Amino acid sequence: MIQNLDQILVLLQHWLASFLPAAWQGAARAFISAAAIVCVFPALFAVAVWLERKGLGRMQNRLGPNRVGPYGLLQPIADGIKSLTKEDIVPLSADRAVHFLAPVLLVVAAFMGFAVLPMGRNMVLVDLDAGLLFYYAMGASSELAVFMAGWSSRNKYSLLGAMRAVAQMISYEVVLLLSSVVVVMMAGSLSLTKIVESQNQYTWGFPHWYIFTPWGLAGFIMYAIAATAETNRSPFDLPEGESELVAGYHTEYSGFKFALFFLGEYVAMFSISGLGTTLFLGGWSAPFSFLTWIPSWIWFFSKLMLSIFVFIWMRGTLPRLRQDQLMNFAWKFVLPMCLLNLMVAAVWRFMDNYWLRWVVCSAILLLAYEGLGMAELRKKNIGPRSYRYVE
Amino acid sequence: MSLVFYLITALTVAGGLASMLLKNTVHCALAVTVAFAGLAFFFLNLDAQFAGFAQILVYIGAVAILVVFAILLTKGSETPKDGVFSRTWLSGLAIAAAVFAMLGWAILHTASMLPGATPVPTVTVRQIGQALIGRYVLPLEIVAVLLTVALIGAVIVAMHEKEGTK
Amino acid sequence: MTPLAGYLLVAALLFSIGLAGALTRRNAILVLIGIELMLNAANLNLIAFWRYGPHPEALTGMMFAIFSIAVAAAEAAVGLGLVISIHRHAKTTDLDQMNRMKG
Repeated sequence: MIQNLDQILVLLQHWLASFLPAAWQGAARAFISAAAIVCVFPALFAVAVWLERKGLGRMQNRLGPNRVGPYGLLQPIADGIKSLTKEDIVPLSADRAVHFLAPVLLVVAAFMGFAVLPMGRNMVLVDLDAGLLFYYAMGASSELAVFMAGWSSRNKYSLLGAMRAVAQMISYEVVLLLSSVVVVMMAGSLSLTKIVESQNQYTWGFPHWYIFTPWGLAGFIMYAIAATAETNRSPFDLPEGESELVAGYHTEYSGFKFALFFLGEYVAMFSISGLGTTLFLGGWSAPFSFLTWIPSWIWFFSKLMLSIFVFIWMRGTLPRLRQDQLMNFAWKFVLPMCLLNLMVAAVWRFMDNYWLRWVVCSAILLLAYEGLGMAELRKKNIGPRSYRYVE
Repeated sequence: MSLVFYLITALTVAGGLASMLLKNTVHCALAVTVAFAGLAFFFLNLDAQFAGFAQILVYIGAVAILVVFAILLTKGSETPKDGVFSRTWLSGLAIAAAVFAMLGWAILHTASMLPGATPVPTVTVRQIGQALIGRYVLPLEIVAVLLTVALIGAVIVAMHEKEGTK
Repeated sequence: MTPLAGYLLVAALLFSIGLAGALTRRNAILVLIGIELMLNAANLNLIAFWRYGPHPEALTGMMFAIFSIAVAAAEAAVGLGLVISIHRHAKTTDLDQMNRMKG
């Protein structure tokens, strides 16, 4: 019974495909999985939009939307109807073909990443041997879409926003890759299903998730930083901040195309959170061995929504980073820490004493963090903090 | 020669032709990106998955963006007043046609000596990793040094020279 | 015509398109795009011969292609840096006007 509940979606897929002749069943199964992904994640997008507006509102000491349904739950539907019925304005001198294709390419690149994420036991669309490489290849294609959007609008603000966004995305792409290479090194495979299976073991009830190791925790923090920068979320949202650049690279988009950009950004956020949970938080595995009776896909989606909540929390709490600050941060602080993390993971793997390696690895990482931080701060002549109160 | 092969060929050759014939430089860069994607599909069709994904990651994710940044920084999107093709375009075209004719003749002439259908090779990423560290470790290290030198060289070449310093 | 001959013909066609572009376009960046297309055609050749060759498990063709991709990316970076610095000096990227050695 528990087994069936865990595999209920897989059984549903096989049952639906069984209506077709045998030669077409493989293609039908793949099509059903792809259709499910295309239906589920935009629905989650609606939930995330509501969560973001309510959550940000509460963090900023105001109510969020509360008019449209009970607690504003139907607000995403109202937003959808609004963006579908708005007039689609294209500037006169804009490059029409590229202007049209940019949001399409962004959404396609964002959705392609879901093909290799294992969302439950046996629930991966295609189990590639080089799955992680496929995911990053699709992420790299979305940078070109951002540039196309900014350039085709023939607008200085759009172009500036696009250049900033692309520079930020390529810098943090390196950090993203390096912080996940440490997981590949320890799991021994680029295949995401094997990475999850290697985390699905329990010692004294505690799981072997990679976040519960020093190098895994450091890797997860750097992955989270790079993920917020890749999806242009606060505190790295200078390319699209409203007070800075009108709306950055999607200034000249209205109506459905703007909704596509919005959808693409949130779907990219889901996809990168999904990859983060697969790599560091154990994917679909349960946190304690006595909880494995809860279906695996429930665990995956709960961890995904928790990551989305952390994204929203960061947006409501942290101030925006300036462009040169965030580039300095990427190249001079996070990248050396990533490389050091690789060496610490190697030390962890080959050190014999079980408890001493915790101390040694944590000490190396903390010393490096302090050292690099001191090296960055020394040039800034920051004095002691001073407070001024209203009289 | 399956239908998939012809479709990918059409996509790639269309992208290549568009990139060499269009007037707007950014459109040419985007068309060559389509050609890169077509080549990645060719690699996937030839069961070289690692090379295919590496092609997308490196060429579309890095080289195409480099090219569009260079076009932006050199104001390449303004159309030149003398047209987009150089004065000696006819001789260039003739040379390219001659190269294609010679290569095509060589391929078709020796087509009977080429192997036919061979079994699909199963290549895992683990084998690639072991080959890189085992048999091909020297090229790997040389490419690492080469990339470092290219990075430093490109930064130095394109750096703004401050007034008064050399 | 064997599949291998088909792939080789496509690679030859792409190579000659890239060569034609590199030899006939005025803008220096388009010449570099043509060179990248030529390198890609050579990569296709390598992978096709690897796939239909006698010993695909030796991975020689795929390794060659992967190193070629890496080197081509580095060469594109350096070439585009050169084009940018020439533009800064001569205020143009038109290759027909750069026909003198005098700076």
